[in-house]
Amino acid sequence: MTETIFRTEGLTKVYDTGTVKIHALAGVDLELFSGELAVLLGPSGSGKSTLLNILGGLDHATAGRVWFRDLELTGLGDRGLTRFRRDHVGFVFQFYNLVASLTARENVQLVTDVSPNPMNPAEALELVGLGHRMDHFPAEMSGGEQQRVAIARAIAKRPEVLLCDEPTGALDSKTGVQVLEALRDVNERFGTTTAVITHNAAIRKMAHRVIRFQDGRISAVEVNKTRIAPAEIEW
Amino acid sequence: MDALDRKLLRDFRRLWAQALAIALVLACGVAILMTTFGMYQALNETRAAYYERNRFADLFAQTRRAPLTLMPEIRAIEGVYAVEPRVTGAAILTIPGRAENAVGRILSLPASGPPTLNEPILRSGRYPDPGAANEVMVNEPFARANGFALGDTFEANLNGSLRPLTITGTFLSPEFIYTIGPGALMPDNEGFGILMMPEPAVAAAFDMSGAFNSVSLKLTASARPEAVKDALDRILEPYGGLGAYDRIRQESHAFIDAEIKQLRSMSVILPPIFFGISAFLVNMVIGRIVMLERSEIGLMKAIGYSDTTVLTHYVLLAVLIAVGGLAVGWPMGSWLTFLLARLYAQFFDFPFLIFTMSYEPYVVSGVLALLTAALGAAQSALRAARMPPAVAMLPPAPPRFRRSMTDRLLQFLRLSQPVMMILRSLMRWPLRSFLNALGLALAVAILVSSSFFTDAMEEIIDSAFYQSNRQDAILLLSGDIKETALEEVRRLPGVMQAEGQLSALAILRNGHLSKHVPIEARRAGADLARIVDGDGHPREAPGHGILLAERLAAQLDLQPGETVEIEFLTGRRETVEVTVAGTVPQYFGLGAYMDFEALNALFRQTPQITMAHVTLDSAADTEFHAAVQDLPKLVSTIMLTDTRSGFQDTIEQNIGYMTTIYIVIASLITIGVAYNGARIQLSERARELASLRILGFSRGEVSFILVGETMLLALLAQPLGWLIGAGIAKAAVEGFTSDLYRIPLVLKPDTFAKASIVVLIAALVAALVVRRRLDNLDLVAAMKTRE
Repeated sequence: MTETIFRTEGLTKVYDTGTVKIHALAGVDLELFSGELAVLLGPSGSGKSTLLNILGGLDHATAGRVWFRDLELTGLGDRGLTRFRRDHVGFVFQFYNLVASLTARENVQLVTDVSPNPMNPAEALELVGLGHRMDHFPAEMSGGEQQRVAIARAIAKRPEVLLCDEPTGALDSKTGVQVLEALRDVNERFGTTTAVITHNAAIRKMAHRVIRFQDGRISAVEVNKTRIAPAEIEW
Repeated sequence: MDALDRKLLRDFRRLWAQALAIALVLACGVAILMTTFGMYQALNETRAAYYERNRFADLFAQTRRAPLTLMPEIRAIEGVYAVEPRVTGAAILTIPGRAENAVGRILSLPASGPPTLNEPILRSGRYPDPGAANEVMVNEPFARANGFALGDTFEANLNGSLRPLTITGTFLSPEFIYTIGPGALMPDNEGFGILMMPEPAVAAAFDMSGAFNSVSLKLTASARPEAVKDALDRILEPYGGLGAYDRIRQESHAFIDAEIKQLRSMSVILPPIFFGISAFLVNMVIGRIVMLERSEIGLMKAIGYSDTTVLTHYVLLAVLIAVGGLAVGWPMGSWLTFLLARLYAQFFDFPFLIFTMSYEPYVVSGVLALLTAALGAAQSALRAARMPPAVAMLPPAPPRFRRSMTDRLLQFLRLSQPVMMILRSLMRWPLRSFLNALGLALAVAILVSSSFFTDAMEEIIDSAFYQSNRQDAILLLSGDIKETALEEVRRLPGVMQAEGQLSALAILRNGHLSKHVPIEARRAGADLARIVDGDGHPREAPGHGILLAERLAAQLDLQPGETVEIEFLTGRRETVEVTVAGTVPQYFGLGAYMDFEALNALFRQTPQITMAHVTLDSAADTEFHAAVQDLPKLVSTIMLTDTRSGFQDTIEQNIGYMTTIYIVIASLITIGVAYNGARIQLSERARELASLRILGFSRGEVSFILVGETMLLALLAQPLGWLIGAGIAKAAVEGFTSDLYRIPLVLKPDTFAKASIVVLIAALVAALVVRRRLDNLDLVAAMKTRE
């Protein structure tokens, strides 16, 4: 049986704006397994990003508990979470979040500088097909290329989990496919547990499992019997 | 190199213009701190070492003529460590090749060898032979100014007898670091010299065998100077003692002390202004960067960089700015120190080099500059470090605009939309707007207060040299001479007018308050030396009673109509009580004036004078100087024509330097504040301004918003700057008032106007430089930028 990487119990997140309380997560129980590629689907405000942020140690839960393997994340302080992120998690964001003043290689190096067992930045960029663009600045690259730099940056530390928040959200179908292929590659080659948030229901077909969100809760979980390649996805 | 370090360096390079603008302001602070603090230290330490090595005395006293047999009694005063008596005198000198006479102050050298107190340092040659009557050593600056070589000879009128004197050596003395002739305002090394001669020769010339008229005392560490002074006064009183005084009334010491104190207060007052403005600018710039780099901060945290790393990253950016400031400030400070050292070398005579820069001013200014930048960045860097990563990834909430009373007022005024945008933006960040305006106001204030000094100086010069003293020369006479001697003066070649004056040194007392001052008495209607009040109106000494300078009356706590006790230190040394007839506001000295007849009547003598004021025909200059040295009772001539032009030249030159420096400084502050303010505004407004361009606003109209806000702030800063400047001037007037002078508070309208023009122009230049970026605004890109 595959190992459980993440486990949550009654996970709740309330945003208090002073006048209104917004329940972004209203009691989520979920498990993510080693080596799986899970797609989190749901409309805006359904709680997907909040969950991903808490799993990645970017945010604190209001109530409930989260474990990464045997490590209880909900018991960690800021320092512990920083350590956890540094050692175990890779992030990919919708808007790439590259540092504009650093080249592709240096953006990857930003991660390898602080990781215990990183890849060579050049190797990570080769993996996403950008070996020839290593010394270009973000402003000199297309959106798809920038996002692939972001993926190279995320995988360069050899993370156990890769958390992607709308990685294709800002891309057209052709570059979107390239990005998804890079993600599937990493998942298959290194067995990295990958969670991908998306609005695009078509993407669900490349996942092992699809987790649907509605109003801060999990509304359904489906297991794909057959997966399709990113190139076959109809956008 | 780490990727994060690389980001740091690239960010810094991108920011170069803003960083430079801040660095220059910081550099001013660093340079001024280095110069004032460095010079303060150098002067203070050098003086202390010099005094120590050459045993500069602690107490001094002059008498008319006291027997040397008093020495054991003086030595026995509790707290006295060493005593040295000597004979001093004055002589008119005829220098070969110089038309005007010079004045020499003569000091006797003990027969036993070098003096034990106030020991001179021999700079060349040798001490005069103790038995020689015509050998002399002179102070080095006097020898240099007159081009003397060892063995050269000049003629001196020693108490009425002309004698050739041969120079055997040159010296420097801790008593004469600052050498100024009697009645002069500035050192004149060519016209005033210190002459040291063997005691027997001096004593013979001045009829002082077996006697002394000057004594120096060194005290033990536990001595009570006041008690020693009292004891010494009691001993010397029967012999015409003029009152013992300590170092602070010793002329050379007092001048250096004033300079040292001024340097110290400048090093404490000025640099903090620059450091404060720099910290504010760093705060503004780093704050903006942290705002713009929210998502990068979020990313760094997501990747696993610690809060401390993020904090350090932004603090280091500020530190780089400080390093830039030091790169400019250190050389600038070294250069200013060099200039100041050169200026001091003109006035102060030290035997050893004092102007080697020690490492301390560099270290102190370096640490302060780095601290300034770090403190300026601290708030924003902490905000970056504390930002929760999930929040950092989100765009910032839009600023909250709420309708307020002011909005209704703005609407009521029916202002155009661009004007509305400018006003709203100022009100949205009231603290930032205020600090920006304050920075610009300080630039105005610096200009106002510096030109106040110029105007005050001019007024003092006018009052002292053109209103009060209109004579060309003053002849100081030894002892009291009958007024009829003026006829002899009038007959000297070239003399056009001559008026007499009687001066009597006295102690004025009111209860426990007392003051040593000379009382001046001239005939009513005297035209060459006059009493002039602060408004420029001449005043006459009253027929009865005494007229006091306002400051003197205040120091003695006397009002007109009250009685003051006067103890004369000359003549019969009588003590009388006189009514204060009035007070007169004056800039210079602590004047006390009585009617000529009245003072002579007090002394129960036929009218006598101690000096003569004369006007001269400049065509007969040479003949006058040749004739005047034959006047038997002449002690010294003071040429006011020379003093006037010398003083004015020096002042004008210094004011020229200072005005330039202050204009540069004020412009740097203005540009630092206005440029950064406009850059940040542009960065915040780029989208807004691009939208306006897309909507059809012209470049000019859009520029108006950008330049308008900067200039509106600059305009608002003006009254504040005037106020602060006037405040500084007022504080300076109070701070600088001393026994020597009072500075008038002169604030002319054109002082304010000039300050405002400089600052407004500098602000406009800064805003226009930023405006040029507006022309290159990429409309499409600006609209796409995610904030």
